[in-house]
Amino acid sequence: MKVSIEINGRTVTGEVEDRTLLVHFVRERAGLTATNVGCDTTSCGACTVLLDGESVKSCTVLAAQADGHAVTTLEGLRGDDGGLHPLQRAFREEHGLQCGFCTPGMIMASVSLLAHNPRPTRQQVRDGLEGNLCRCTGYHNIVNAVMNASGQEVQR
Amino acid sequence: MSIVGTRVVRIEDQQLITQGGTYVEDLRAEALTGAVHAMFVRSPIAHARIASIDTSAALAAPGVVAVYTAADLDLAPRRTGPVVEPWLAGEVVRYVGEPVALVLTAERYQLADAAELVDVDYEPLQVVASIDGALAGETLLFPEPGTNVLQTTGGEFDDRAFDDCEVVLTRTIVNQRVAPAPLEVRGAACAWGADGRLTLWLSTQNAQIARSTVAKGLGVRSADVRVITPDVGGGFGAKIGADPEPVVLGWAAKRAGRPVRWTETRSENLVAMTHGRAQQNTVTIGGRRDGTVLAFRLEVVQDAGAYPRALFLPTLTELMATGVYHFPKVETSSRAVVTNTTPVAAYRGAGRPEATAAIERAMDLFAAEIGMDPAQVRRVNFIRPEEFPYTSPTGASYDTGEYVQALDRVLAAGGYAGLRAEQARRRETGDPVALGLGIAAYVEITGGDSGGESGRVLINPDGSVTAWTGSSPHGQGLDSTLAMLLSDQLGVPMDKITIRHGDTDEVPRAVGTFGSRSLQLGGSALRQAADEVIEQARALAADLLEASADDVELADGGFRVRGAPASGPVTWAQVAGQAELTADVWFGEGTPTFPFGAHLAVVEVDTLTGKVVLKRIIACDDAGPVVNPLTFQGQRHGGLGQGVAQALLEVMNYDADGNPTTATLADYSFITAPELPDFELVESETPTTRNLLGVKGIGEAATIGSTPAVHNAVVDALSHLGVRHLDMPATPLRVWQAITDARKAN
Ligand code: FES
Ligand code: FES
Repeated sequence: MKVSIEINGRTVTGEVEDRTLLVHFVRERAGLTATNVGCDTTSCGACTVLLDGESVKSCTVLAAQADGHAVTTLEGLRGDDGGLHPLQRAFREEHGLQCGFCTPGMIMASVSLLAHNPRPTRQQVRDGLEGNLCRCTGYHNIVNAVMNASGQEVQR
Repeated sequence: MSIVGTRVVRIEDQQLITQGGTYVEDLRAEALTGAVHAMFVRSPIAHARIASIDTSAALAAPGVVAVYTAADLDLAPRRTGPVVEPWLAGEVVRYVGEPVALVLTAERYQLADAAELVDVDYEPLQVVASIDGALAGETLLFPEPGTNVLQTTGGEFDDRAFDDCEVVLTRTIVNQRVAPAPLEVRGAACAWGADGRLTLWLSTQNAQIARSTVAKGLGVRSADVRVITPDVGGGFGAKIGADPEPVVLGWAAKRAGRPVRWTETRSENLVAMTHGRAQQNTVTIGGRRDGTVLAFRLEVVQDAGAYPRALFLPTLTELMATGVYHFPKVETSSRAVVTNTTPVAAYRGAGRPEATAAIERAMDLFAAEIGMDPAQVRRVNFIRPEEFPYTSPTGASYDTGEYVQALDRVLAAGGYAGLRAEQARRRETGDPVALGLGIAAYVEITGGDSGGESGRVLINPDGSVTAWTGSSPHGQGLDSTLAMLLSDQLGVPMDKITIRHGDTDEVPRAVGTFGSRSLQLGGSALRQAADEVIEQARALAADLLEASADDVELADGGFRVRGAPASGPVTWAQVAGQAELTADVWFGEGTPTFPFGAHLAVVEVDTLTGKVVLKRIIACDDAGPVVNPLTFQGQRHGGLGQGVAQALLEVMNYDADGNPTTATLADYSFITAPELPDFELVESETPTTRNLLGVKGIGEAATIGSTPAVHNAVVDALSHLGVRHLDMPATPLRVWQAITDARKAN
């Protein structure tokens, strides 16, 4: 079937099998490889993108389901000034990433988290990122990054 | 002012936070144009004879380019330890997940469909799914050695070793099998060039070791293989070198005449990437009621899995058996057995976490038996600062250590006395939520016996610096750390320094990253190379300054005549314009260093449900001088997270038929953000004299200390109920069972 998805402001159209996952459409058709696949059970969150502004695990959405909708991936993230998004900046400042494999999903999930709760507590950040696994950082600095991006104190 | 020791944000991150990394699966190299996709068909049965394999249906499936089995594979057999491990199993399969065929298809989505159609006729054999089963020896995995015990060391025990002891305890402690499971699963891509060379992009910790393995496996010269390491999404020891799969892929690319891409699935990763730990350790500890330990015995049994890929693990555990303590009498032994489970190899700490877990549990058992505070028992037995360098009874030569100080610092930071008072209060009031305090003191070995490391520094004509390291980071932030060191040493700003690694054509000779060796060996190599470059440059600068080289110094990023501030400065660019400035060095013989520390864990255990909540973890990890506190802390955080996870959650389980029951992330528990507290880090820096930087490794340290600290805390929380021990992971069911058993026994 033919689908047409707006990805980071650009419309990408393609013929896909019914079973094509959104993550593969994004990676292979749109050529945007920041979004990663870390599991096959919707458990890791490495594939998290925004679908019409809400975070979803793109390995759990069919490309067909996203037909006519808007997707934002890490590559499409910008700050108000056109530079880094506050979360991108904060992940770097707080050392919220090591190997970086979870990072695109982690940042996209955090965008959604802050959209719903602009000033979360540390525990709310932890709870909000429950669906995103990181094998490297122990999460402490990821929580700091989200706190930093929300203009709150961090614990170094 | 020196930037070394200051918190410098990583140079790696800009790309990672804007475009993501370039992991193997993201590669769009031209050489890979037209690549076919590969999937291994893996055994669903733990132990079976292969009667036949029919590939005809798979070959007829849409998009299938080739299906290969052992019958096609004309590679010389590969010995692992004392047995032959097949590249693809053709006669017998020995674990669920063992590769039996390789399917190549034009499109990715065709892979799983075609793989399903490979029809393998298995005749099941008796399964050996446990250490006890392996030792019983009723069923043998390999006829050739005639036993499942493939390695034995020590074991000549002195019957009278414990005669002088007032108290003697023996306990078997299971160090459960866990999955390293980096978030990026294993992947590779390969293409043969017109020049007859294979280029292999591999998610590995050591391109050069991988090159040797692959060249040897394929029966070609090392020079005919180029391995390139793109970004690597975590390794944790399990991506050292190359597994069998890349060899088969290289062979298949040649046979099919097409480039090949391979990414395993997460479920495959959990059953087919090597596992870690998997030891059963029996400790015997004896001593006096005043807390002095007089004798210690450690008997290690390593479950090596189906193929003995890492027989160094149990012997490393023996080497580190006595940890931070001075015991008069020590005996160790080890045995490694094969079972019908996934092969076991290195995982963050590799042999040392097992040693630490055994001795630290033993110290707590001993403390409980004599009724002494576990902190006090440790103090009585610590190796004292004046005893260094200290050679342990098992032959480890510790460089430097401040063990008492490390423990005292975490206890002070944690408010130990107050916590004990709170624990007593809860016990008195019958609070169903018990408080537990767990201590672990540890020493570990880093940068161990694996040769040195390479380093090359080049000053470019514009004065910028390119450096090649044999180390191979995969998340550690080593580019930043090495750039900081070079910036400091050469007086060149960090943004003018490029660190390169992970391409065997650029760095032909190297060892790579494992055993927390990168900074101490890779960093020292670059220091030495940079020193040589400075010497070369001083001579050239002397000509420009019309001075004697002995009088020329490097200061503020340029060369001047010493004591003549008005001279020069001659810049790096000016000097580099005179001649090529480069040095290529090999540092050291891999002299190990011994980082150490102490961790204090505070847990709450709901005695009604068995649920454990880690409330606090306070960690002192001393690895000598810190180059970048940012990445140093990051390594500790990550280590704490993984170590805690082993104590509380992680285990790879098999049923009696050898079926893995934790083969997806839905069953195998990674620790998540809400399950961890904010980490409390206590700083301490005790330098070593064994390398040019005075540094020790930090990559594995926090994993090693945190597991027994949390484990001890859980047992401590239940001690008033009569619980003395329970095996990891401390899941609610296990904890609840231990409470129930203790209540019945009392
Ligand atoms: S890849 Fe989507 S949740 Fe893991
Ligand atoms: S940074 Fe490696 S998985 Fe999160």
